[in-house]
Amino acid sequence: MKHGVKFQDEFRDRGLVKNMAANIRAMAERLTHPVNFMEVCGTHTMSIYQHGIRTLLPENVRLVSGPGCPVCVTPISYVDKALACTTDPLNIVATFGDMLRVPGSYSSLMEERAGGADIRIVYSPLDAVSLAKNNPERRVVFLGIGFETTAQTIAASILAAASLELKNYCVLAAHKTMPAAMEILTADPELNLTGYLCPPHVSTVIGGNAYKPLADKYHIPCVVTGFEPADVMQGIEMLLVQTLRDEGKVEIQYSRAVSWGGNPKAQAILHQLFEPCNTLWRGLGVLPDSGLAIRGEYAEFDAERVLALDVPDALENPACLCGEVLKGKLTPADCPLFAGVCTPESPVGACMVSSEGTCAAAYKYGR
Amino acid sequence: MCLAVPMKIVSKDGDNVVAEVDGVQKEASVMLLAEEVAVGDYVIVHAGFAISRLDEEYAEETLRLMREVFSDEGIT
Ligand code: SF4
Repeated sequence: MKHGVKFQDEFRDRGLVKNMAANIRAMAERLTHPVNFMEVCGTHTMSIYQHGIRTLLPENVRLVSGPGCPVCVTPISYVDKALACTTDPLNIVATFGDMLRVPGSYSSLMEERAGGADIRIVYSPLDAVSLAKNNPERRVVFLGIGFETTAQTIAASILAAASLELKNYCVLAAHKTMPAAMEILTADPELNLTGYLCPPHVSTVIGGNAYKPLADKYHIPCVVTGFEPADVMQGIEMLLVQTLRDEGKVEIQYSRAVSWGGNPKAQAILHQLFEPCNTLWRGLGVLPDSGLAIRGEYAEFDAERVLALDVPDALENPACLCGEVLKGKLTPADCPLFAGVCTPESPVGACMVSSEGTCAAAYKYGR
Repeated sequence: MCLAVPMKIVSKDGDNVVAEVDGVQKEASVMLLAEEVAVGDYVIVHAGFAISRLDEEYAEETLRLMREVFSDEGIT
């Protein structure tokens, strides 16, 4: 017998979503200014396109896609470093599938693999640890990107490798933490954001409390929202209620998975393995304390230290507007390359590669 | 890449579970969860790890609230 997820169909109930849309339209009539709500989770971006959420909203309630796709915010210089790892025949480069087609300055992992480089796609970082265990004469370099959601799984993989006493597993780590980026975007007057649909999965780790400093400092409503259509609609409704009441607080719509304190065990593991560092975000620049670097105690698992990678400055394609798309300043259709030169089959920028990228979502589900 | 899917636990052996959605089964580790989970529980699975338990009571509560606030009469 098939087990669907019991609540899933209910949170996709079209009748309910339609009622919610009518309610939102009625509330929006009381707005004195248009509102700009940003989502910073790739799963939200996909869900919003897939379920046509924008078409249900009145003109003065705008949804803006932010830097929620981990592959998209990874700078080209990181891809170049990953490519450099593939040149040593000792190395097996293990990666999530999304990274394969991201263009670096000169090549992509896909092209290098076609040319014979040993690059393996894994579903879980633990699969990369197994690779290392089963290939003791080789070295496995795992490409560790992603937000808190993924960083915790990579921290767990390093702990697993340590307990197996593996000497041939390391991580090229470029993890990022979400609240730091939200702060930069909130302060940007050009974006003029009115509220956030906070990311569901990141929030399972960091908890609702993590957004309180942001909400307090900028008096901006933040609602941790699930990703089914009814969740997204309720998140928007909660943001509207706060806006109309001139409130700026954190609320949790996605209470079935997210608590105020987050997951203490995952936080402890993250803290054990990583320390905050300044890091480069594609489109946003270097943001202070927004990255996670592997701690000195675990240096033997840090590809940066083990491999001493040195790559020339990255080359950006000047026509690609990914940076502006990631900040929510432009939509994919504003990019002259969109759907012509740049398609999921032959992507120019990272936003078109990952299925969660704004350009890829816009391409797939109507422009 | 950040895709995470709600799944139901169908078997459990220490920190390893098998979870299922729409007939597709996947192995996952529950080592990152702070709370105990059991067969029959729903969890969100991401990159081979269960990252959160889905609380059925809260799910029902959210749905009840949605239906209440967004019932046809509720629209003014
Ligand atoms: S359409 Fe392609 S080139 Fe244009 S911003 Fe998106 S990813 Fe970059």
